[in-house]
Amino acid sequence: MNEPEKEKIKALIFCVKSLCHRLPEPVNLMEVCGTHTVAIYRSGIKQILCHKTRLISGPGCPVCVTPNELVDKAIWYALQSHTIVATFGDMFKVPGSYSSLAEAKTKGGKVQLTYSPLEALELAKRNPEERVVFLGVGFETTAPLVASAILKAKEHNLSNFMVLCGHKTIPQALEKIANNPFLNLQGLILPGHVSCIIGKNPYEFLAQDCNLRGVISGFEPGDILESICLLYKQIVEGRCEIEVQYRRAVSPEGNQEALAVLERVFTSSDSEWRGLGIIANSGLSIREEFSNWDADLVYPAQIGKPIQHKGCICGAVITGLKEPEECSLFGDTCNPEHPVGPCMVSSEGTCGTHFLYQAREIENESPVHP
Amino acid sequence: MKVQSTPRWGAELKEKEVIKLAHGSGGKLTRELIDKLIRPKFGNRILDRLEDAAVIFFPPHLLAFSTDSYVVRPIFFPGGDIGKLAVTGTINDLAVVGAQPLVISCGFILEEGLPLATLNRIIDSMQKVACETGCEIVAGDTKVVEKGAADQIFINTTGLGLIRTKSSLSIERIKPGDQIIVTGTIGDHAAAVFVARQNLPVKTSLISDCASLYRLLESLWNLGEKIRFMRDPTRGGIAATLNEIANRRNFGIEIVEETLPIQPEVKGICELMGFDPLHLANEGKAIIVASPESVEIVLSLLKQHPLGKNSSVIGRIVENPLGLVYMKTNLGTKRIIDLPVGDPLPRIC
Amino acid sequence: MCLGVPAKVKKIEGEWGWLDVNQLLLKINLSLVPGVKIGDYVIIHAGFAIQKLSAEEGESTLELFKQILEIDEK
Repeated sequence: MNEPEKEKIKALIFCVKSLCHRLPEPVNLMEVCGTHTVAIYRSGIKQILCHKTRLISGPGCPVCVTPNELVDKAIWYALQSHTIVATFGDMFKVPGSYSSLAEAKTKGGKVQLTYSPLEALELAKRNPEERVVFLGVGFETTAPLVASAILKAKEHNLSNFMVLCGHKTIPQALEKIANNPFLNLQGLILPGHVSCIIGKNPYEFLAQDCNLRGVISGFEPGDILESICLLYKQIVEGRCEIEVQYRRAVSPEGNQEALAVLERVFTSSDSEWRGLGIIANSGLSIREEFSNWDADLVYPAQIGKPIQHKGCICGAVITGLKEPEECSLFGDTCNPEHPVGPCMVSSEGTCGTHFLYQAREIENESPVHP
Repeated sequence: MKVQSTPRWGAELKEKEVIKLAHGSGGKLTRELIDKLIRPKFGNRILDRLEDAAVIFFPPHLLAFSTDSYVVRPIFFPGGDIGKLAVTGTINDLAVVGAQPLVISCGFILEEGLPLATLNRIIDSMQKVACETGCEIVAGDTKVVEKGAADQIFINTTGLGLIRTKSSLSIERIKPGDQIIVTGTIGDHAAAVFVARQNLPVKTSLISDCASLYRLLESLWNLGEKIRFMRDPTRGGIAATLNEIANRRNFGIEIVEETLPIQPEVKGICELMGFDPLHLANEGKAIIVASPESVEIVLSLLKQHPLGKNSSVIGRIVENPLGLVYMKTNLGTKRIIDLPVGDPLPRIC
Repeated sequence: MCLGVPAKVKKIEGEWGWLDVNQLLLKINLSLVPGVKIGDYVIIHAGFAIQKLSAEEGESTLELFKQILEIDEK
């Protein structure tokens, strides 16, 4: 870090601490986005916040909210002959009802990790005798990219490429969170890159109708600190607004081109979110015009009824209703090497982070919190 | 709460567990495999020290003996190839216990259909490194398996060296207050190999740091007791090495984020893929634990060699927290650095 | 939920561009950010540019700092 950056961080830390002490009462802030969870963990920002702030990880993590059914289908595809499942690395170890893509690979399943959906398209071009099923997970940041891949597949008449669509949209989930009587939230740290696409406008209802303030945040430690400052400032000043901290990347109307591509290929549908249940219009489905690239239609997976592992309370954890330690599986049965639920898969997920920090303190200094 | 790693669906399925790729990545599962399956069967006082090379008293000499197998993909990558890696890897395992590499053996497992020109290139590469280091490949073996039974070529090398340090390098000699030095930028090898393996549309000058550390580390051998311990942080990155030290001796390790030497391109790959540079493999770097008063001389000796020009102090041994490695972040906060679970997976989240 | 990295556009070839991230040159799809020019900064996610970065920072940290000090003094 150069000197101006260090000075900026010092100033922001001072602001956060100063405002935290001015808060009229303890506050619960939710950081919605999984990438924010990781950034907060890696920078140790929770150690800067005073005891009046509880920072809760929210459901903005595709790994965590994807229900078992999608993983079960992906595993089925991977184990079929002449079929390759192409997926982002995030989903590789996520457990479904019985297994994971990682385990399927040990049994001979064909799974290819890709960085971009266009890599999956190239894989299909290079392997015309194989079906390539791309696991489409992610929110509005990722959906336009997958839509673009489907458009290219149509353009090139690539019949062996298809998408198993599990995309979801954020504002509807936030509405459910905001209206949950058991969650007492005073502010949201809103996802910066989803907002690059959708802009600021789709969140306004939170402040106007649900009395829930939010700040759209970037991902550098300085961005997150500034966003927390802005939330604290709103609370202290008695304001309830949606603000943009990530001004360099987020405009009120978002990326219209990306939204147009998304809407060309996908339509809204009801979607099941782990922990939140079925939320109306919170999912994306592939439009009929592109049904030849919809894996659920072209090559439906033959799976049994998905099951939830008894005792797994990932749903409650990712909505902030329960702490990981309240889960009966936490630690002995469910841990990063052998995760039962998705919250434990990454060492930076809610449960993974808590696992790392359980009962540990660094003596002589302030406790190290997750 | 006691933390245990137990099979996911209950103890009765333990027998059905299979080897996963993560068992070979140098992180938690590798440790589990060694601790629960291998050591209980093979264990002896030499093996149980789990040093990079076994040190054997063969009066009047102390010998060092090490073996390693190489399965890297792709077999040719920017900065090296599987052959160069196989020889430097074993040379480095000897060098970090203070041994001059004398002789190396090499075993090839070749897949039917491997072009002879490819094998020739790899052998040339191995001989080049051995010559430069002043040791010889004196024994070997070649096996060929059917197409599909191996991925082109696997290599095992075993090395024998002569301990040259005045006092023994041992994890047992490390004390709170000792300083931790890394001999250069971290994560170069893993990042370069990842770009090559994934065939990412990236143009970069980033290359693997694959190199023999013998000449670099030789300069430190006369410092005697001031050098407590050395290790080359390969699979699992410096996080794996530091955690091994902290766990074995049950003290803590503090590293300082600001001091970590990382090339901009490696930072870029990490930001793009969601990797943690602390978990990325290195093949031409050493971690050196040295007494506080010797840091200046150690750094000045290392920096005289081209491979050591970016050497820096990255942390220190502390009394507490017991058995933990933590990092002081640029924000002044503390973050635990754990063993990675498996190989780093590219993320979009 | 989205790793996104800032990058500078160095070269454009149709709907693709070569972008600089920390001295890495990446081939990135630019179809979602029409009108992007050489020298522009964008955010990259999963092989695509998803938004142009503007220089606008608006209220600087210093300004925020000043406002917070005022709150503190009240």
